[in-house]
Amino acid sequence: MEQPVQQKPLTFKDYKSDYKPVWCPGCGDFSVLAAITKALAELQIPRENSAVISGIGCSSRIPAYTSVYGFHGIHGRALASATGLKVARPDLTVVATGGDGDGFSIGGNHFMHACRRNVDMTYVVMDNEVYGMTKGQASPTTPSDWEGSKLTPHGTGVSPFNPLSVALSAGASFIARGFAGDPNGAAKLIAQAMQHKGFSFVQILSPCVTFRPEQAEWKKIVRKGEITETGDLGTAAAFLATDDGFSTGVLYETQRPIYQPSMEENHSLSEIEASFEL
Amino acid sequence: MTSQTVSIAITGAGGAGVMTAGQMLLDAAAKAGLYGLMTRSSGPQIRGGEAAAYIRLSSAPIDCPDDSFDVLFCFDWMNVDRFAAELPMRPNSVIIGDEAAKNPPTMITDSIARQVLVPLSQSANEIEGGRPNMIGLGILGELAGIPLDALQAILEKVLKRKGEAALLASLEGVKLGMKVASDLETEIGLDLHLERKATDKTRWSLTGNEAAGMGALRGGVRFCAAYPITPATEILEWLAPNLEKVGGTLVQAEDELASVNMIIGGSFGGVPSITATSGPGLALMTEALGLAVSAEIPIVVVDVMRGGPSTGIPTKSEQSDLNIALHGLHGDAPHIVTAPNSISDCLFTAQWTVHLAEKLQTAAIMLSDQSLGQSRNIIDKPADLAFVAKRDLVEDGVEDYKRYALTDSGISPMAVPGIKGGEYVADGLETAENARPSSSAEDHYAQLDKRQRKIDQFDYGQHWAEIEGEGDLAVITFGSVTAPVREAIERLKEEGQKIKLISLRLLSPALPGPFDVAMEGVNKALVVEQTHSKQFYRYLRSVYDLPKNTHVLAKPGPLPFRPGEIVDQIKELG
Repeated sequence: MEQPVQQKPLTFKDYKSDYKPVWCPGCGDFSVLAAITKALAELQIPRENSAVISGIGCSSRIPAYTSVYGFHGIHGRALASATGLKVARPDLTVVATGGDGDGFSIGGNHFMHACRRNVDMTYVVMDNEVYGMTKGQASPTTPSDWEGSKLTPHGTGVSPFNPLSVALSAGASFIARGFAGDPNGAAKLIAQAMQHKGFSFVQILSPCVTFRPEQAEWKKIVRKGEITETGDLGTAAAFLATDDGFSTGVLYETQRPIYQPSMEENHSLSEIEASFEL
Repeated sequence: MTSQTVSIAITGAGGAGVMTAGQMLLDAAAKAGLYGLMTRSSGPQIRGGEAAAYIRLSSAPIDCPDDSFDVLFCFDWMNVDRFAAELPMRPNSVIIGDEAAKNPPTMITDSIARQVLVPLSQSANEIEGGRPNMIGLGILGELAGIPLDALQAILEKVLKRKGEAALLASLEGVKLGMKVASDLETEIGLDLHLERKATDKTRWSLTGNEAAGMGALRGGVRFCAAYPITPATEILEWLAPNLEKVGGTLVQAEDELASVNMIIGGSFGGVPSITATSGPGLALMTEALGLAVSAEIPIVVVDVMRGGPSTGIPTKSEQSDLNIALHGLHGDAPHIVTAPNSISDCLFTAQWTVHLAEKLQTAAIMLSDQSLGQSRNIIDKPADLAFVAKRDLVEDGVEDYKRYALTDSGISPMAVPGIKGGEYVADGLETAENARPSSSAEDHYAQLDKRQRKIDQFDYGQHWAEIEGEGDLAVITFGSVTAPVREAIERLKEEGQKIKLISLRLLSPALPGPFDVAMEGVNKALVVEQTHSKQFYRYLRSVYDLPKNTHVLAKPGPLPFRPGEIVDQIKELG
């Protein structure tokens, strides 16, 4: 007979693997890894019942550094895989992760539709305004006049993508922004996002010290907790209209029906087959 | 088999009720103890426009079109010439037109077939609420010897929702049509009556797309992500309500990139998963298929092939996605490619494909095509061969779990979320046995070998091919071309020729051992396929030993293979 075992509460360390990250020293993603594992620990989610799903890029390496189930798929498709997993297995806690290139460029279409669909999962995007893994090209969130890439030596000349505005207009039911320089604040935002019923999107400003060394200044610019949470679309939109992208906090939270079809078996296969009979 | 069939084409303008009459004729024939096949053809219009229904009825199971039509019934002359290439006629065929229709096109007036006009619209006008297509149904039903009670039963089933008046008007129309036809039979000496055998077997009426959906359910599929595309959409539309009934679900995705990655996610979660698409969608999915191979996540993609490349001819059949299905993945990516050889076999092959994907933890592509998917067939209810998804899973509480353990079979027991101790990261990166990313030569070689080994060593049993008959000539084919090949061989058998049929259900991996056994005693081969560039022949050449004396009959879509042209080709070989 099995003896009941008194489980000790899991700490954030229990959600980390012993695998050494490929990230550069000083990368903001270390703090985001800490924040995600802290959020999992705060909610005491059993490791075997949670999954971190990603695409390709520096930040997309995160699943291997956790001790939960993970999926490191192909570029841009983290949200698609995460959606499939959560809809097929609604009992699981699903967190999709990735970077700005993965999520807003190659995966941009999935981002819009994940916001619309409102599957009960969380999407954490580590935004460093650059493609790091391919050694420094402009991403959708890079300022148009950034001349640091050989690929766009005169800058992109293209307006940056505003992830929070897109999320809001596409119908995301929880939208927040955090900062890697404030890991405890980021952990709180992620935990709040995971508790939200529906699709939650958290942008984390996560500096790339290698290809965007000027982002070291972010810690002086970012204004923690400046965003005031609202459930009113107009108020949230008005805030974003004048926002410079360096304020943090929960922007918007609302409740709308989550996408989770009922999965109740109420017919046998032979009943279905009978429909072919003449 | 070759003698007891009747082929009927019905054409008309959009709204003339061609498809309704065609399907009712097919179903009534089945009610009356016949078998049949109905293929739809239509113009490029989204809605409306000219339409044609091609029906072949038979006293025995039938699953391909005949060489020519016995009857072409034009409810009107509207754009009928657009179907000319699809309507081969003989001198003793009959074209039936409406007396009231003016100016028949030259395709009709110049036809070698006999022509007769009937009072179609006029008869319909005699009945309150009468419609010419019901007069037509009565005429065709009478000509084919389908009794009124069978026609009435189908009318009642179909028109139940439209109310008593509509049913009565249709029934009157059918009766009047039957009367018109009985005069016609004596007038032109047309006898299309088929022998009807009593049977206690349950008959099914279904399309290949519905059959594929049913096969997926039987195989254990409980999740589908869907993006609509002609001619695969009906699989997805069939699965949506039916998955719900068995505790599964279908998500409509934003594109094919999403649909394939969604099913990878669902299957990673332990739920057998499927999607269906056509050539353009398969092209978009190939990157993710490689991921499923690498991360060893079972998925099934049904490709209902259409004319390609690019948008091609979306509503017509071709087998030209063979190359991309076999070779489209980047890297060395061993996977499964199967092909159903008939409409009813769409059910079995879909079920078997799910079983293979789940057992072998890899991507499987099933190559159906438009002619299988969108044609309706009357078949005997198929047996359930009990192939059900059965994934090798690790025990809950496993310790020191190695997701990609190097096993003799090449199949590494899988963990799915919920299994304690099984937490691992599925990865598109090459990995070591413990699922950690690795770029070492040793791990890459070992994992490549393992993924190849599991596919190569598996026992596929008898299902890898249909092998019929004996002879020193073998006709080798696959998919929807199998039925006309089979009928061609039957006809030649009646003339005393002995020919072997080999139709591959498992296209990849190749099985040289069983293939060599199947080719014993064969010194001449004919490969028949519906492509322009001989894709199947070139593939067979690359993986199998074929006789020196091997010929190819390759014809692209959109026109279907007819048994007669295969007979001619075989006779030419001598």
